[in-house]
This record gives sequence, structure tokens and C-alpha cells, in this order.
Amino acid sequence: MSNTAIVYREVGEGRGFYLLLVLFGAVVAMGALAFFHLEHEGHHVTGMNNQIVWGLPHVFAIFLIVAASGALNVGSIGTVFRKPLYQPMGRLSALVAMALLLGGLVVLVLDLGHPDRLIVAMTHYNFKSIFAWNIILYNGFLALAGFYLWTMMDRQLKALYPYAGFAAFSWRLILTMGTGSIFGFLVVRQFYDSAIMAPLFIAMSFSFGLAVFILVLYAGFAWTRRPLGDVVLNRLRYLLAVFIGAALFLELMRHLANLYVTRRHGVEQFILSDGGIYTQLFWVGQVFLGALVPLSLIFCRRLVGNRLSLLVACVLVILGGFAQLYVILIGGQAYPLELFPGATVESTFFDGQISRYAPTVWEWMLGLGGVGISLLLVTVGVRVLRFLPVSLADEVLDSDDS
Amino acid sequence: MSDGLQQVPQRNQVDAYRRHFMAAVTGAATLATLAPGVILREASAATRPDVTARPPEQPATSVVRWGMLIDTARLGDGGAAMVAACRREHGWGHDPRASPEQQPQWVRTVRVTDKLTQHSFTLPVMCQHCEHPPCVDVCPTGASMKRADGIVQVNKHICIGCRYCMMACPYKARSFVHEPLTDQRPHSPRGMGTVESCNLCVHRIDTGRIPACAEAAPQAVIFGDLNDPDSRISQAVQALGGTQIRADLDLNTGVRYLNI
Repeated sequence: MSNTAIVYREVGEGRGFYLLLVLFGAVVAMGALAFFHLEHEGHHVTGMNNQIVWGLPHVFAIFLIVAASGALNVGSIGTVFRKPLYQPMGRLSALVAMALLLGGLVVLVLDLGHPDRLIVAMTHYNFKSIFAWNIILYNGFLALAGFYLWTMMDRQLKALYPYAGFAAFSWRLILTMGTGSIFGFLVVRQFYDSAIMAPLFIAMSFSFGLAVFILVLYAGFAWTRRPLGDVVLNRLRYLLAVFIGAALFLELMRHLANLYVTRRHGVEQFILSDGGIYTQLFWVGQVFLGALVPLSLIFCRRLVGNRLSLLVACVLVILGGFAQLYVILIGGQAYPLELFPGATVESTFFDGQISRYAPTVWEWMLGLGGVGISLLLVTVGVRVLRFLPVSLADEVLDSDDS
Repeated sequence: MSDGLQQVPQRNQVDAYRRHFMAAVTGAATLATLAPGVILREASAATRPDVTARPPEQPATSVVRWGMLIDTARLGDGGAAMVAACRREHGWGHDPRASPEQQPQWVRTVRVTDKLTQHSFTLPVMCQHCEHPPCVDVCPTGASMKRADGIVQVNKHICIGCRYCMMACPYKARSFVHEPLTDQRPHSPRGMGTVESCNLCVHRIDTGRIPACAEAAPQAVIFGDLNDPDSRISQAVQALGGTQIRADLDLNTGVRYLNI
């Protein structure tokens, strides 16, 4: 085990630490302001309406929740798949995972019509609802990831480390399956109703979570001037490529399957060709910038070992992920419900029309507030506890498993 | 449920319905067109009330299943009067700060045109009060609920406003309240941050009255107990059928239509 030789140390109290606290704190404060405004005024100040019922806050929330389970993968690869190279990053992996999940959950809860009834959601369960299962899965994830972290940081619990790692890994797969199924189980929405949503969301989580993790790892090491070798970064680089490819493949299969089903031609034509912003986000945001460009940056021979190209790839994967979730969530709702197959419908309630949606500044503030919470938690976490290894230089890592 | 005295004339009525129905299915096209009107009119002439008041101490029971049959050919206005009656009864549709897309609509008239034949009709669409409601399946807290007598509604005390039911409803029958409201109807409280929809005027049914929309279009709408074979609605749907919107979803809706 290589990580017996790894030394972990808290981040020092530099000016940069306080600068980050102020920066992320300001973003969180903006989110809080948006929440209080929504709570006081109601959702009429948002772009959400009775046609597009889930909006930008949900894109942020689901991105963070999906990325959370993916961020835990780095730890899982070390623990469950026994790859020593990944083990020194296990602590940070669990911290980032918990921080992302909490950020996402805060956005999700604060966007509710009645966030004050959170206790109701915790005490009244309809077990046929995948949403109710998700509430249990989120709480369980936090508990298991926390316990997993404990076994990594407390020598007395070292015997439980593999079991905790396995449990957390299994739980995170089920959790993302559950998040995907929130959409997959919506029988009447033509863009959702499919079992492939569960594995698609798992692949997305691998990709988004790893991209976020790499950026956090790099920033943490660069800003505290700790050595970060090429071995670990290149391993993460090619792992990211595999995950981007997996998500792209499942998305391709989803659309191909839809294109084979006549009654889904309408929604596919909308997303792939006629959908305006959704079509652009799909082809330019999700496919080109979010997948093809990062893959090129990773595999381009002239960029091997180039850190900037890896960081740009990660940023693009994250932006592409937002685009993908925007297309799935908002695009899927914008396409009208099919009330009478084979007929056109019109009404005062916008039946048969492509629904309009333009997020307001309050929704941006609330969504970004969740990102702020996640980043703030990571920043404080690495300051107060020993999450970051002192060095991940090539010579201190045991990479003989490659 | 009916007693013996009431059953006698209704047996005869059933026979009359059967005759009309047989004529409709075996006879000329004109008969087929006229039959629903004849039957609805005859059904309207029945003397037994469609709804009887339920004592407050008695819980709703699954012995009853409330339903509605709407003959779109006899509506005339496509259901506009029904929509207006619902608005008056429940006070929705003029929330001052909501945009047009944010305005709740418990019921609306929908114009349907076949893409090939261009055949067209208009019908009122509201919560269809499914036997297997997707909105109830997905609700995390159980706020979206089906009462024992088949009425699907929202328990506004435990609705957290997640809007998942709105995502799941095939009929777009649910609305979210986007702003603080004042001056509400005492019998139909609405709350910011919760989801709402047609509840078949549950406050009226429990006191022995039919829903406001059914009252506004007596020539075209029969409301009653689908579980009671002698009720007007049961006899009408037995004779004439009653089409479901999106019957392919197999939700067994309580709201049925003729001539769609």
C-alpha cells in the first residue's frame, strides 16, 4: 500500500485561503439572497412556469448531485479496485463528493415551493416515488461517504476501510441510477421515458465528477505549492477520456433508439434540428465543446503531458455537462405533451406549443449559490482537516499497478 | 346505493338504453349520431340525485367511484362555460403577478384537429381522476393522493412544492401557485408554493352537490358514481362507451368523453 508513506497536511492560513473564503462566501450570500426573495415573492420572479416546471436551479442541483457521486470514484478506484495510485486521493475524493452533494441538495431544497416543509419530506415517504427514494439515497450517501472518510483518516478504523469503500461505491451507483430514474420513470414525457436514463446518468456522473475532481486537485496543489506529478495527472487524463466516451456512447444510443420509434420522431427532430437554443446547446455545447474537443485535447499527441490542455478539457466537460442537463431538463419539458396522438392541439394553456423559458437572475444566483457552497466546503475542509497529501510527485507514488 | 323501489324504473331505463345502443351500432348513421343525445337527454330526466351528501363523520369509501361523462357534441361552446364555472368556484385564473404561462388553469378547453383528416373538435380538459394516477405514484410525500372514492387531489398541508407531479401528469392538469394569494374561496383554499388541480369540487360532492362545471353544462355532462350500475353515468357509459384521453396509458380515467 503506497498511502502508508503518504503524508497529509492541512492547507496553511495564507492570504489566498481568506480570499477564497470571501469569494465563495459572496457567491453563497448571493444564493441566500435569491432564496429569500423567492421565498417572499413566490416563483413568479423566476422564468419557471406551469409549462416548464423545473428550471435552471434544477440544472445546477442535478449537475452537482450527479458530479458528487462521480467525484467519489477516484476514492473507489483506490479502495474497491485496489489501485494504489488512486489511494492518496481518496480523502479529497470523499470530501469533494460530500461538498458537491450538499451544494446540490441545498439548491434543490431551496427551490421547493415550500422549503420550510423539508421536515415533511423527511418524515412522509411514498415508497412508490423514485423521488422519495432519492431523499433516502442522498442522506445515505452523505452518511456512507462520511464513514468512508473516517476509515481513511482514523487508523483505528482501518480494518473497516475496504468495506466502507465498497459500500460507498455501491451506494453511489444506486444513487445516480435513482437520479437518472427521476427522468427515466416519467412515462408520458417522450424525451425521458427510458431505462437508459439510469446508466446514462451514471456515465455522466463519472465524467462530470472526475472533471471537477481534477480541477480541485490541481488548484489545491498549485495554490499550496505541493508537487503534483505527471503520472497521476496522466492517469486521470485518460480515465476522463474513457468516461467522456461512455457518456457520449449512451447518449448516442438513447437518440438512436428514439429515432427508431416513430412517435418519438417529433421530440428528436426538436432537440436535434429545430429546437433553437436546445439544438445549439446539444450540438455545440454538449457534443462538440463538451465531448469532442476535450477528447481531442486529451488524445492530441502534441499535448501529452500538457497540463493546461487537461484543465481546459475539464472545464469544457463541466460546461458541456451543464449544456447536456439543460437540454435534458428544459428541452425535454419545452416539447409539448402528446395529448392526442396524430392530432394537433391548441388551448389557452399552451397545449401543443413549444414552451418558452428564460431563466431570471434569481435562478442564476440560487444555482451559483449551490456551487459556492460546494467550493466553500472544500476550501474549509482542506484547511481544517488533513485531506491533501503533501506531495503527489511521481517518485512518491506507487504506480506499479499500471 | 339505491333501494328496491328505485331499481324498478331504472331496470326499464336500462332496457331503453340498450335499445338505443343496439340501434346505434346496428342501424343507420343518423341513428348512431342521434343516440348519444337521446340517451343523455333521457338520462338527464332521471329523478334520483347523482350525488348524495356524506355525513362528515363517515370517511370516503371505495364503494363509490366518482366520474364524469362529457359529450363534446352537446357542449356548444367547447366547454367554455364549464371553465368559467370552475374559475368562479375556485377563484383561479387571475393571479395578479403571474405571467400568462404561470397562471394556474384547473381546466381549459382544447381544440383538437386530426393531422390527416382535419376533423376537429373542442373539449374541456382537467384532471382525469385516474384509477392509477402517475401524479400519486411520483409524489415523494404522499401529498398527491387519491381519495377512496376516486377523487385525485393535493393535500396542501404536506405538499412541498417539488412539482414532480406536474412532470408526471399526462394531461397537464396541474398548476403551481407562483405568488402569495389573498381573498380566496373559503371552501377552496389555494396556497403559494403548492400544486393544485381539479378536485371534482370535493367540497360540493361531500355535501351532496355535483361539481360546478357539471352544473354549468347539464345538457352535456353527467356526473355520478361509476361503481353504481344503476347510476345515470354508469348506464350512459355502458350504452355509449366513454372514451379516455390517452387510453393507451391504461390509467382508467374517471373522466370520460363522447364524440372525441
